[in-house]
Amino acid sequence: MSIMMDTGNRIAAKAAVMAKPEVVAAYPITPQTTLVEAIAEYVARKEFKGEYICVESEHSAMSACIGASAAGSRTFTATSSHGLLLMHEMLHWAALARLPIVMCNINRVIGPGWNIWVDENDSISQRDTGWIQFYCSSNQEIFDTVIQAFKLAEHEKVVLPVMVNLNAFILSHTSMPAQIPEQQTIDDYLGKYVPHWKIDIDNPTTFGNIIGPAHYTKVRWAMQDAQQKAKTLIPKIAKDWEKISGYFHGDLLEYYKCEGAEHILLAMGAIGAESKIAIDEMRKAGQKIGLARVRVIRPFPTEEIIKLGKQADLIVIDRNISVGLEGALFNEVKAALYGQSGAKATGFIAGLGGKDVTYQDIETMCRKSMKGNAKEQEWYGLEE
Amino acid sequence: MALKDLPVDECLLQGNAACPGCPATIGLRLALKALGKKTIMVVPACCTAVIESLYPHTSFDIPVMNIAFEAAAAGASGVEAALRQQGRTDITVVAWAGDGGTYDIGIQALSGALERRTNFIYICYNNQIYSNTGIQRSGATPYSAWTTTTVGGKDEFRKEMGEIILAHHIPYAAQTCISYPEDLISKITKAKNIHGPKYIEILAPCPPGWRFSMDKTVEMGRMAVDSGAWSLWECENDVMTFNGKSKLILEKKIPRKPVEEWIKYQGRFSHLFKPQRDEKRLKAIEDYIDSLWERYRKCYTKI
Repeated sequence: MSIMMDTGNRIAAKAAVMAKPEVVAAYPITPQTTLVEAIAEYVARKEFKGEYICVESEHSAMSACIGASAAGSRTFTATSSHGLLLMHEMLHWAALARLPIVMCNINRVIGPGWNIWVDENDSISQRDTGWIQFYCSSNQEIFDTVIQAFKLAEHEKVVLPVMVNLNAFILSHTSMPAQIPEQQTIDDYLGKYVPHWKIDIDNPTTFGNIIGPAHYTKVRWAMQDAQQKAKTLIPKIAKDWEKISGYFHGDLLEYYKCEGAEHILLAMGAIGAESKIAIDEMRKAGQKIGLARVRVIRPFPTEEIIKLGKQADLIVIDRNISVGLEGALFNEVKAALYGQSGAKATGFIAGLGGKDVTYQDIETMCRKSMKGNAKEQEWYGLEE
Repeated sequence: MALKDLPVDECLLQGNAACPGCPATIGLRLALKALGKKTIMVVPACCTAVIESLYPHTSFDIPVMNIAFEAAAAGASGVEAALRQQGRTDITVVAWAGDGGTYDIGIQALSGALERRTNFIYICYNNQIYSNTGIQRSGATPYSAWTTTTVGGKDEFRKEMGEIILAHHIPYAAQTCISYPEDLISKITKAKNIHGPKYIEILAPCPPGWRFSMDKTVEMGRMAVDSGAWSLWECENDVMTFNGKSKLILEKKIPRKPVEEWIKYQGRFSHLFKPQRDEKRLKAIEDYIDSLWERYRKCYTKI
């Protein structure tokens, strides 16, 4: 173990390089750039021995990852915002092709107008692509989650691509210490990549040709089944990694002071981290409130949310908006609670366009909800 | 390579789903004989994705990876990188795409892969239309041709993809046609043995798309070359040579036949001849081909 004091992007790059992908294909976009630049430095120093393809667009980045993964290689890429949206078609393709590609996405606002700060509408809008989605809250969690992502993606019961999300600037460009295990530890943990299928001249098959409705339905069912299996594997992988590294960031959710809580706050990403301070403050003031930081939204932790709904009234903060409906996490939490008698949830939209969300802001939202003064869904900070 | 020396083995199998008279299958069959079984083919959305047949069957005896319409060259880049890491430099990576996937939606990924010096062969079978989607105009559709999206005939001239490719200064680029099997095979064989990016474009006269009888596919390609509307050439390390009849046309040893001799057999140009001859547009077609050949002589071959 050694301590690395660096930004989220550079720690993500370190984790990716230590996982030893055979192929990285990437295209630069703010605020992901320092991540791909860090990989280029590893290439220059010959510390990364895989192929690094500097493609001409994010669409080609994901297409090249698909080609490399289909040819039997461990594959990594990173992007953000408009880059992720340009990949959209190929995100579906990678998941339907059952290719265990790992990608970091730096959550950034979608234009217009141009805005490079954080919100989560980029990855939230990709929920239906079949990718597993993690949201990190610290640089240590970024390192550990990237390693866990390879383990999960390549697991024989999953074989799906995994997206590791980290918030723009708050994590991507902020230095924090992270404990880095020895290379041998990572090598032993991940093992050599053995593809579950590949395009192979010794076994010539045609992959992805025309498919009828019956077979196609089975393909979709198998993806859903794999996501459900990932739900039980994610906690196991997190526990196994804790034994190796000493770090545990939660399973599908991270629970913080939920014992005896009558209200539980649900949030993701950097707001999830900031929420811990707000919970501490409110606990000090005698409020019975806890935090369940949502670490994974695909697969969605439905059973865990139901359990929380039985224990407490839920307060959801979304750094995204499904325009015409409500915050995406709030919407999905309510869907999970369907049919649960007495369950209550209120939702807030906050922090869009990179607007700062401090622990005081979080406290304000929670107190309003706990007093019963909040509408079912509210915008926070709209009047400013 | 003489036709009699070609491998007897077929990599494109019977029972495929191509239309009768399909030029893509002629090209595929010949190309795969030249490429051999140590080939991985990346195919975007195009007629070949249909020719492969319905899952769980296939008409290919080599591994094929289908990919999205605009992504053939990028997908092939990934395959090539993975094989290099695995030390499998004995395998030829081929992207096989139509003119829509090459001239239009896939041009960015193609240009990027060529610029990155990807070690692969990109083959465009050019039938001058989006044929798989039912005959819509592409950047390769010639001036005045009817398509379902240019009902009165296309108002614009085709783009010269060959010249765009030449601007990348890759080690090998060539144009050929399914009607000249020796030419096609020798170019693919040559490309297979050159390291770096290679581009080969095959003219593929499409009976339903061009509106001619399905037994005339080969003749239609020959007429295109005779008229100079299509040409056979190759460019190796920036040295361009013309082949077969195209060489004779370039050197003015034979005159090119009027393009009219080619288009009058195609229903897609029938509106140029009836109810009366459209002299203006017929002249524009001949002028365009003349200017193209002048450019070939002056800019590329110094003749």
